[in-house]
Amino acid sequence: MTHFLAVVLFALFASTVFGITMREKPKSMVRYGIYCFVLFVSSAIALSWLMYLIAR
Amino acid sequence: MAIEDTKNSAAAASAQTGAYKGFVYLPLIAGWLVPGAGHFLLRKWVRGALLSASILGMFVLGLAMQGKLYANVHDLLDLLGLAGDLGNGLLFVVSRLLNLGADQVQVTTADWGTRFIVVAGLLNVIAAVDAHNLRTGRKS
Repeated sequence: MTHFLAVVLFALFASTVFGITMREKPKSMVRYGIYCFVLFVSSAIALSWLMYLIAR
Repeated sequence: MAIEDTKNSAAAASAQTGAYKGFVYLPLIAGWLVPGAGHFLLRKWVRGALLSASILGMFVLGLAMQGKLYANVHDLLDLLGLAGDLGNGLLFVVSRLLNLGADQVQVTTADWGTRFIVVAGLLNVIAAVDAHNLRTGRKS
């Protein structure tokens, strides 16, 4: 398993739970779940690049 | 007008609560012991199935990555890890009884696995509290 795949799976599972528990209507659950997933993955990518540039 | 709205929402919440019978804390306890069970008790089948699949998936992946199950508390961080693991309810107990999970983290993926197991427990607690909120009518 690659680190990125682990991040994607983590984001998928956590976003699903966040979406269901933090919103009331199904439509807003899906929207919030997608929002969390995108934030998880994009912040992981951004932080990875930041750490790569710091380590150079 | 505002008072009327408040009365209407209180009536709606009370009607929602009245739809569920039995011990108020049952969905909370069932949801903690078995992921998704609290929502199944309240007949929220799809939500329960999704929560169950997510939490079980995260826990099983954690074990597959040779993640550690906390059993002893040597320092404060271990205590936090144990608290997170206990959130998994029966999954944690059964896994401990079957000696699943690594005793020590030896490979990189095991470290990720340990986090997966802890986070699965924390997500399970959130799901159980959500089931309790549905039961009491705080959430529709």
